[in-house]
Amino acid sequence: MTVAGQPKLGVFKFASCDGCQLTLLDCEDELLAVTDRVEIADFREASSAVRAGPYDVALVEGSVTTPHDLERIAEIRAQSRVLITIGACATAGGIQALRNFADVDEFRRVVYAHPEYIRTLATSTPIKDHVPVDFELRGCPIDKGQLLEVLSAFLGNRTPNVPTESVCVECKRRGHVCVMVAHGTPCLGPVTQTGCGALCPGFHRGCYGCFGPQDTPNTPALSERLTLLGMAPDQVRRVYRTFNAMAPAFRAAADAAGKEATP
Amino acid sequence: MTESAQVGGRYVLDRADFPAFLDGMRAAGYRVVGPTVRDRAIVYGEVRAVTDLPIGWTDRQEAGQYRLERRSDEALFGYNVGPHSWKKYLFPAHERLWTATTTDGSFEVRPEPDDATPLAFLGVRACELAAIRVQDRVFGLAGDPTYARRRRSVLRVAVECGQAGRTCFCVSMGTGPAVHDEVDLALTEVLEGDRHYFLLHVGSDRGARVLTDVPLRPASPVEEGAAADRVASAAASMGRSLTTTGIRDVLVNQPDHPRWAIVARRCLACTNCTMACPTCFCQSTEEVPDLSGEKVERWRRWDSCFNSQFSAVHGTSVRQSTQSRYRQWLTHKFGTWHDQFGESGCVGCGRCITWCPVGIDVTEEAAALREPARPTVPSASKGTTP
Ligand code: SF4
Ligand code: SF4
Ligand code: SF4
Repeated sequence: MTVAGQPKLGVFKFASCDGCQLTLLDCEDELLAVTDRVEIADFREASSAVRAGPYDVALVEGSVTTPHDLERIAEIRAQSRVLITIGACATAGGIQALRNFADVDEFRRVVYAHPEYIRTLATSTPIKDHVPVDFELRGCPIDKGQLLEVLSAFLGNRTPNVPTESVCVECKRRGHVCVMVAHGTPCLGPVTQTGCGALCPGFHRGCYGCFGPQDTPNTPALSERLTLLGMAPDQVRRVYRTFNAMAPAFRAAADAAGKEATP
Repeated sequence: MTESAQVGGRYVLDRADFPAFLDGMRAAGYRVVGPTVRDRAIVYGEVRAVTDLPIGWTDRQEAGQYRLERRSDEALFGYNVGPHSWKKYLFPAHERLWTATTTDGSFEVRPEPDDATPLAFLGVRACELAAIRVQDRVFGLAGDPTYARRRRSVLRVAVECGQAGRTCFCVSMGTGPAVHDEVDLALTEVLEGDRHYFLLHVGSDRGARVLTDVPLRPASPVEEGAAADRVASAAASMGRSLTTTGIRDVLVNQPDHPRWAIVARRCLACTNCTMACPTCFCQSTEEVPDLSGEKVERWRRWDSCFNSQFSAVHGTSVRQSTQSRYRQWLTHKFGTWHDQFGESGCVGCGRCITWCPVGIDVTEEAAALREPARPTVPSASKGTTP
């Protein structure tokens, strides 16, 4: 449906699991309010009806992993006034960026019967490595409240209110008992950006770092603490090598931990 | 035998009659909140029955470490302060202040309804009474109406500590473990052989009123002495100490002391110390509009001087480094708080030490800042023991 003057929204997928797009569908009640304010011109996860660009707002999920991706992202950028990346894949390369630390040709030979049909890049990279990005929404997956806040901010021509502080802030606000202090469970909360509502500590688990580094991440001090809690250097390296392995602070922390492993 | 309790009186409440005491508070219209075991810690929550209290539990605390442990007895209050403080009730972590809606080109602002049941705080320690007094002054000077509204109806039932935790230093800060602050009721728990009772001091009419149907008898000098001994032994076993003489000047006059850089290398800028601190009052208010653009809510939430965005002016933080944030926290808490509010911002509860994930200890930092500044900064940070 088109209403004259309504902003056009496109939702685009690159290498990803679709979880972040599903967060938009999961908005249920609010989804009607969204469609009242914007025309959803292209959202293949939700509808096969597609309208051509240009778009006022493009939400981009997923990382760049193929030569074709490189062409598509350039095209989408050219067609979009505002480009927002959603999720760890689009923002930091995602879990698939672990390939960046390994030999992709070897994977191709081992996994596929006909490796010659597979056209892939050696790396998984975030969208901002290829085109300018107006706003990056973190998370694996993103948080629905933050997504609505970002959409509402761009529709209202204001800066989104998305805090860049640590997960601990929300953990304490919710009255959770700190898992690191009260049972020595390793937790990435102190170096991770808030956004999930301190979900894992609320279930007595340490934070896995889904939202990437907070704005002032002191990973060396946390790594030292994780070591004191009994983690071997290789385990410390692994906690940083997940969904946001390519985020600079986590990448450096993993590298630093790895070095200790081979003196 | 029940006799009507007098303000200023000192009585004995037997452990067996504790349920009647809880009933008394409820009958007077209070919702009782107090210590309860949850998620391997003693936190504050709803107390419906005496079995909700941490019977027979205690805690072992160190810098960056807290462990819940069994006691050898069945004490109700045999622990020291945990991760929560009473500020979560008086100054909630998330709070909607008002809602505005547009109607025909104009708008209407609706404040939050005031319908909360009065709270009875059961088990307020001496340091926590002091912390409430500190926040009373802060929010009072600010003329904060929501704090005042909540605070006015609270019944404060103090419990004097019979033991000190490894991170406690209330003696240094002059706030405990004996209760000297104004209070509605104060209890001291005594376990002696097969006797288990509470020495009960009545501090106000409000306190006396909840005791109408509670079996009490006047305390004997021996019972008073037994209770005083407990508190004295807590005072003698403080886990930490801090020299307060001239502390304001030590902090305020040394912005370039090399210790700030050393502690900043360990500090995670995670905010746990400030969130756990019972006197920290920093907050942010934000407007939350809905997608229609027709409704907006104003929320207030706990914030912290350890967040870069907290000191953002025109979008840029004026305290970019963790070093400047740590210095702000310690200097304000122990130094400029005196200038601002005429007292210390620290009551010596030890929460910031225990709940710091890397175990940074304010007493250790304050002591190091008293040392003359050495010319060079050591090359690597070394964490304290876990
Ligand atoms: S559980 Fe994790 S996120 Fe929560 S306060 Fe502790 S370290 Fe921070
Ligand atoms: S600064 Fe630390 S010890 Fe002092 S009142 Fe706050 S949490 Fe307690
Ligand atoms: S002193 Fe400890 S609790 Fe406070 S911000 Fe630094 S690391 Fe976090």
